[in-house]
Amino acid sequence: MPLLTQQIQAEDSYSLVASLDNVRNLSTILKAIHFQDHATCFATKNGIKVTVEKAKCVQANAFIQAGIFQEFVVREESLTFRINLTVLLDCLSIFGSSPTPGTLTALRMCYQGYGYPLMLFLEEGGVVTVCKINTQEPEETLDFDFCSTNVINKIILQSEGLREAFSELDMTSEVLQITMSPDKPYFRLSTFGNAGSAHLDYPKDSDLMEAFHCNQTQVNRYKISLLKPSTKALVLSCKVSIRTDNRGFLSLQYMIRNEDGQISFVEYYCCPDEEVPESES
Amino acid sequence: MKCLVTGGNVKVLGKAVHSLSRIGDELYLEPLEDGLSLRTVNSSRSAYACFLFAPLFFQQYQVATSNQDPVRCKILMKSFLSVFRSLVMLEKTVEKCCITLHGRSSRLVVQLHCKYGVRKIHNLSFQDCESLQAVFDPASCHHVLRAPAKVLGEAVQPFPLALAEVTLGITRGRRVILRSYQEDEAADSTIRAMVTEMSIGEEDFQQLQAQEGVAITFCLKELRGLLSFAESANLSLSIHFDEPGRPAIFTVEDSLLDGHFVLATLLEPDPQSQGLGSPQPHMPGPPLQASSTPPLDDFANDDMDSYMIAMETTVGIEGSRTLPSLSPGLRAPCSPGSNSEDDDNKDDPSTVPGTPPPKKFRSLFFGSILAPDHSPQGPSPVLAEDSEGEG
Repeated sequence: MPLLTQQIQAEDSYSLVASLDNVRNLSTILKAIHFQDHATCFATKNGIKVTVEKAKCVQANAFIQAGIFQEFVVREESLTFRINLTVLLDCLSIFGSSPTPGTLTALRMCYQGYGYPLMLFLEEGGVVTVCKINTQEPEETLDFDFCSTNVINKIILQSEGLREAFSELDMTSEVLQITMSPDKPYFRLSTFGNAGSAHLDYPKDSDLMEAFHCNQTQVNRYKISLLKPSTKALVLSCKVSIRTDNRGFLSLQYMIRNEDGQISFVEYYCCPDEEVPESES
Repeated sequence: MKCLVTGGNVKVLGKAVHSLSRIGDELYLEPLEDGLSLRTVNSSRSAYACFLFAPLFFQQYQVATSNQDPVRCKILMKSFLSVFRSLVMLEKTVEKCCITLHGRSSRLVVQLHCKYGVRKIHNLSFQDCESLQAVFDPASCHHVLRAPAKVLGEAVQPFPLALAEVTLGITRGRRVILRSYQEDEAADSTIRAMVTEMSIGEEDFQQLQAQEGVAITFCLKELRGLLSFAESANLSLSIHFDEPGRPAIFTVEDSLLDGHFVLATLLEPDPQSQGLGSPQPHMPGPPLQASSTPPLDDFANDDMDSYMIAMETTVGIEGSRTLPSLSPGLRAPCSPGSNSEDDDNKDDPSTVPGTPPPKKFRSLFFGSILAPDHSPQGPSPVLAEDSEGEG
């Protein structure tokens, strides 16, 4: 492959080089946070974090640790750039997005540094596609200041139990109300739509419940339109950790297992919609 | 009202709701002594559907729990359907479904008890309503077909989903034919490029009590709902029908439930086009004959409406008597010719651009309430809305 060797010769000049035997291990994770066109990428020697935000109220982070890649080199302390995620995903799936048995698309990703495009070399069955995606000025991302010491309630559920609940959410409801409590109803999802209200209760001793650490009853509402995109991550994940802190901020962490059995995480933060009196159910 | 459904019956209930949702936007739920009735009617009142679940269908069935409870209620189909949306989920995860009608909180509460102790509670708002009733009597219909839903379901499957109406008829050799029905307007367009026809032999029917040559045209979409219900429940579907224009009644029945779908059928060719003698090869009658059936006198006699209409509008009674069963060539003597037919086709769209062609469906309730001898008095194309005023 003369094309590739030519690129490799100049490799020293790249600040970031990452290669992957199966591009789907990257694209799948990125799809889980693809609810806005643009994303900010941070790379350190530990891996890449890709952040997407919306309405200054919700933030999604995908963590792709260095171990997912077969080769991962970052020659600077850290690298930050903004990129069109839609275009990036289109390029990553340029050989088709659904897997064909027996064929894998390999990826080599290079970035020279600030002001340079992100270079993608995709290879499948001896065919190489080179993509150059212009990078953009990185924007400051939100700091939700979500600190595990402030976490009041935490639940770990098997994603299977939430998947259907999220896909069937009554979208005529403006909010999704999450109740977490050491007492009944323990964990409740409620919507208040045109047709009436709906509640979904999970008992704490359910087999779906991997962990239940609720210290205090909390009832918080979140804009359903902001939470709905997290369904993409939920669908891919095997477990989800649901946490709320003392301000009612919500953290959803999804554990996603890729085709090679490796684990990555996608995290959503969302701020609460409004204060609700605790008496309301 | 309180009723408890368990096990596989939850899915049966869900399926029934799905099939009702193909018809109307509102669901009338009425607990009766002989079971829970779910009914709906479409907006143009040309289709009505009802399911009655016998008390034995339920684990627990209580008509009235307190005096305050409303006797019946009307809810949005969409909201009730959302409870039962995923049939796979109903089958896999739902163990119990409890429906209660609370007068005090004005809520219809549907609780689904799922696997892993998960509980879904839907509080649906409802409206008080009158009992929804349609007047129909399968026993008064002359023709009855009965076949396993699977046979009919497979016969209906090849028809395009976009197809509105289908013609059902009996041809020579007592074969039952289903054929896609096309509007007059489509006569010279490309839509006519494909006609789907399915023919089912008499041996596939458990009952076939109809003369050769009879045919009715009705909405396929609404039937599909009932068919898929009946197929999943492995039931037979009976079709009771009469002359074109009179409602056709589709029924399923077993010991725990019965379902009735009443669909309006298309009225025979309107007087205008008959008078002009323009060929209507796509009308319910003729296409079947074109394919296999010779003109039949009894077919013409069945069709009293068009017979009467034709008497009023044509010169020669001789011609009109055989009209419904005539092939275009035979009709030539009393027709001004094929040119005028072309003119007609051009005129229609130009005078009322963009408007749908007048459907010849009659509102089935009021149509069926009317005494038979009223029918000839309504020879013009009857829109359902018009006849609603009548009733």
